[in-house]
Amino acid sequence: MKLLEVEKLRVRFETADGPVHAVNGLSFSLEKGETLGIVGESGSGKSQTALAIMGLLADNARLRGSIRFRGQELTRLKRNAMNRIRGDRIAMIFQDPQSSLNAHLTIERQMTEVLEHHRGMPRRAARKRAVEMLEAVQIPDAARRIRRYPHEFSGGMRQRVMIAMALLCRPDLLIADEPTTALDVTVQAQILRLLRDLQREFGMAILLITHDLGVVAALSDRVQVMYAGRLCESAPADVLFQRPLHPYSRGLLASMPRLDGPPGEPLRTIPGTPPTLFGQPSGCPFAPRCPERLPRCEETPPAPLEKDEGHRVACHLLEEEQ
Amino acid sequence: MLRYSLKRLLGAIPTLLVLLTLAFFMMRLAPGGPFDGEKSLPPEIQANLDRKYHLDEPLWRQYGRYLWDLLHGDFGPSFQYRDYSVNELIASGFPVSLRLGSISILLALLVGLALGTLAALRQNRPADHRIMALAMTGISIPNFVLAPLLILLFAVHLGWLPAGGWEGGRGRNLVLPVVTLALPQIAYIARLMRGSMIEVLRGDAIRTARAKGLPERTVILRHALKPALLPVVSFLGPATAAVITGSVVVEQIFGIPGLGRHFVQGALNRDYTLVMGVVLFYGALVVLLNFIVDLLYAALDPRVRYR
Repeated sequence: MKLLEVEKLRVRFETADGPVHAVNGLSFSLEKGETLGIVGESGSGKSQTALAIMGLLADNARLRGSIRFRGQELTRLKRNAMNRIRGDRIAMIFQDPQSSLNAHLTIERQMTEVLEHHRGMPRRAARKRAVEMLEAVQIPDAARRIRRYPHEFSGGMRQRVMIAMALLCRPDLLIADEPTTALDVTVQAQILRLLRDLQREFGMAILLITHDLGVVAALSDRVQVMYAGRLCESAPADVLFQRPLHPYSRGLLASMPRLDGPPGEPLRTIPGTPPTLFGQPSGCPFAPRCPERLPRCEETPPAPLEKDEGHRVACHLLEEEQ
Repeated sequence: MLRYSLKRLLGAIPTLLVLLTLAFFMMRLAPGGPFDGEKSLPPEIQANLDRKYHLDEPLWRQYGRYLWDLLHGDFGPSFQYRDYSVNELIASGFPVSLRLGSISILLALLVGLALGTLAALRQNRPADHRIMALAMTGISIPNFVLAPLLILLFAVHLGWLPAGGWEGGRGRNLVLPVVTLALPQIAYIARLMRGSMIEVLRGDAIRTARAKGLPERTVILRHALKPALLPVVSFLGPATAAVITGSVVVEQIFGIPGLGRHFVQGALNRDYTLVMGVVLFYGALVVLLNFIVDLLYAALDPRVRYR
């Protein structure tokens, strides 16, 4: 049994200006202990996918499709039942550790409540476990600093606290939504290394959401590229980085600045802008920006095709070749 | 902390001095004097009275004299209530006003916070709309309209409660004046609390709390309440000031022997010292309460504490 299976997931927001189609028929799965990186620009639906799994979508969101975790359908769970899973079996860390921690509660309170709620642990035992976890994420002097408030920590330390908090119940799945975006580059590297080490230690699966291809490369077994709430391409990380098939993936990789290129070389971009998500395009959402578009790209959306073992691509160009 | 407190309290002195000066000269600018009655007094008696109360001296000397007495903690004698000093009148009126005011603020907080939170949790649903309509009404009706309406309904028609009087601050006598004073504050606090609660509930920290799988009750009470309270705490300073000015009207309408009543009577009788005394006392009270509010704020928000 797969750890996580997402099938035909659709997330739509009802707004005053009309419906916004954030996620449009996305399917993917995740094995135990595996790291899947989801890459895409802002508005590609990657964060909403994560929030949908957590049951944390905004009130005006409409969700369709299926999310199964260890065989259990999450989309139909009542809030109480979902509250037994999230924070325990599935945990999540967010982009900005400054605002994601509660500024009005001590680190101790914010950590022990997880263990009190999910494990029924008494406060003392919970504090002991929390201190151990802070030590595991390499926060110096954890026993003393656990009594501090979030604003007394640096950005990197706060993200370590968030990670420690998420791992308290040793979850099967950690969802990390842009975990390093708000941090300095040097701190980013430390946090990524920490996540990799902790994954080795705890054996959890990680769903890593980012727009930073470097971050994905550092951590992921598999990478999935999203555009306008749809899958473009999904492949083992090394395959995707060496032989991307979808024109959008190729564009993304080509836009990565290189240190070994000639100095003064202009940065490469993908011309155009991402589509608005009001209404649904009739064809491939990337077609207007695609350098290799075919006449039918504007008419019918491409379905994901299994190109090689574990390499799925949604593009008419590749249907052509076959 | 102690240094900060001392600094704040010393900083209040210039504020009070400005208040004192403005009040002193504005009152003297108003026509009439404390001893003007229906018929004028014989000039000799008028002169004697003026001499006794130093009203014959130039204004700046009277001002200096008042300041000097004040430095010694003396608000002077009342012009109208001849046997009493202003100190005595304040001492007798303040406990009454304090009781009325503190019960009103407490009620306003309790009901306002509960209604505001409820409205926020039922945002844009019928309960929310009803509470906000009620709040709008509470803000719109001035207390001098509300008080007679309440008296008409509960004292005259239904006969449940007395129309006025204090009788040592019995519960029955308290209900109507307290409700009159509290209602607008309930409305303001409810609106404020609703807004800040909605804002807090949208924040990242609440999303984290939910991601941890905490029950909704814990999310609200432990994670959202404290930050949501902050704007309400800041509002407590102005709210107290509003209750004080409101009590001036309410005490008059319900015939309650508090400070506010002394203030109105003092103003009507041009009882210079009494009005000055009450104004200064109220001024000091508002300054003090704002200071307490700031301390409370620091206690609620750990980020403010060390600055």
